[in-house]
Amino acid sequence: MTAQVVEALVHAAIKFAILVPGFVLALAALMSWIERRQSAMIQDRVGPNRASIGGVRAWGLFHIIADTLKFALKENIVPRGSNPLLFRLAPFMAMAPALIVFAVMPVGPTNRWVVSNLDVGILFIFAIGSLSVYGATIAGWSSNNNFSLLGALRVSAQMISYEVSLALNLVGVFMVFGSINLQTIIEGQGALLGGVLPKWGIVVQPVAFFLFLAASIAETKRTPFDAPEGEPELVSGYFTEYSGLALATWFLTEFAAVIMVAMMATAVFFGGWQIPWLPPTPALVATWWFQIACVMAFFAKTLFFVWVQMQLRWTLLRMRYDQIMTMGWKYILPISLANVLVTGLFLLLTR
Amino acid sequence: MALILFFVFAIAAVLSGICVAFSPFGNNPVYSAIALIMTLFFLACEFVLLHATFIAVLQILVYAGAIMVLFTFVIMLLNLSKEEIGEERLTLTKVVGLVVVLIGLTYQIGRVIWAHKVAPVTLHLTDGGPSNPAFGTIQDVGVKLFQDFLVPFEVTSILLLVAIVGAVVLAKRKI
Repeated sequence: MTAQVVEALVHAAIKFAILVPGFVLALAALMSWIERRQSAMIQDRVGPNRASIGGVRAWGLFHIIADTLKFALKENIVPRGSNPLLFRLAPFMAMAPALIVFAVMPVGPTNRWVVSNLDVGILFIFAIGSLSVYGATIAGWSSNNNFSLLGALRVSAQMISYEVSLALNLVGVFMVFGSINLQTIIEGQGALLGGVLPKWGIVVQPVAFFLFLAASIAETKRTPFDAPEGEPELVSGYFTEYSGLALATWFLTEFAAVIMVAMMATAVFFGGWQIPWLPPTPALVATWWFQIACVMAFFAKTLFFVWVQMQLRWTLLRMRYDQIMTMGWKYILPISLANVLVTGLFLLLTR
Repeated sequence: MALILFFVFAIAAVLSGICVAFSPFGNNPVYSAIALIMTLFFLACEFVLLHATFIAVLQILVYAGAIMVLFTFVIMLLNLSKEEIGEERLTLTKVVGLVVVLIGLTYQIGRVIWAHKVAPVTLHLTDGGPSNPAFGTIQDVGVKLFQDFLVPFEVTSILLLVAIVGAVVLAKRKI
């Protein structure tokens, strides 16, 4: 019994180490460069392309190393009058939940490709994700800075408001696929509707997909929902006082959240690891090359959604704070409630 | 394994529970709120050990993730200084609360000791799991909630509705 438990723990630890530092954090570091290059493209600038090693510029890719060095070499200032204990603790309180949620994400067809295939699946992501709000609020409060405090208040109000509609949007999907386990939902998306269309979440729940995307971008606190860190009003919101590697932690947390949103959208609405028009028969799933292809498909879809979020980030304008609240409570929430109702009626009538 | 984890989480829950009232870092409502969040989190861990994973997730989602956020929100919004909070005073409510807690604690401890005397309990290092394999899953909880406990469930939802309406009436002067 104990030997089995230890073996399972070691396996889970290895998988988590491959998925999170190997994919999520690496992609997050890459995104810090992609985001600036892409914003430069959209704004008709050149963007960061100067960092070079021995004359090789590689489109400015070495800026990732340069930035890391810069962050690491700067002083971690703890402002006078702040609460030093909570101020130092807050980045970890934000980072830990943002990385733990990846543990239930199935990136491939068998249980081998998921760290822990929990029965409660998506609810685990919501539960742990709801804890991530404390990092930002505690950071803003402990800074003892009025801009930070306002940012913290906005974060907690905004995240609480959008969590409700985020969960409600997925209820329709749960009803269609009859499960809250992510692996079961992805397997359910392998079927073909009428022999033509893949039964992906976006096909059966189109309204929920767009509301989900809006609500989850609000959860990541990025433009157009970045009022908590709106530069013209609040300097940098709740992380105004942070510097050095602590500041880098906040950026990494944000990028990890972006990747999580991309993975959720992929898994729930875009078939997860399913390759369209290639139903995963047991014989196919048993082969290693098919499993690798599925994992590749999952990561490709994830990258696509990361790109979509980057595009939105640099295309749309920042909403005013009251507009964000109005949108969350008066539009997204009632529409998602109606979506649940219509889905339930439809399922009841066609059963 | 389960027994060791039980004691780890139980001790952590009790310690953080004590920290809600007597924080080692100073008298600050934010410390108390964080300690309460930790207590709720460790309670959720205990639910997992009892094979009630759905309840455990709900515990974190609702209590630690939503209700406590509102608590911290209010604490930060008021952001009271030491002068505004005022001196610590011994009021009747506090004395009554202390007495009630002590009576409850002695009763529970006495019950456990009594039960052990009547029929000695042996602690098992591992448990065989629940007799019903579906126990604790969302399906099981749903069936229980909507068939066996439908009336309490509906009454609770009416109570919540009343609370929402009351909150709107209190918060908005002009509706």
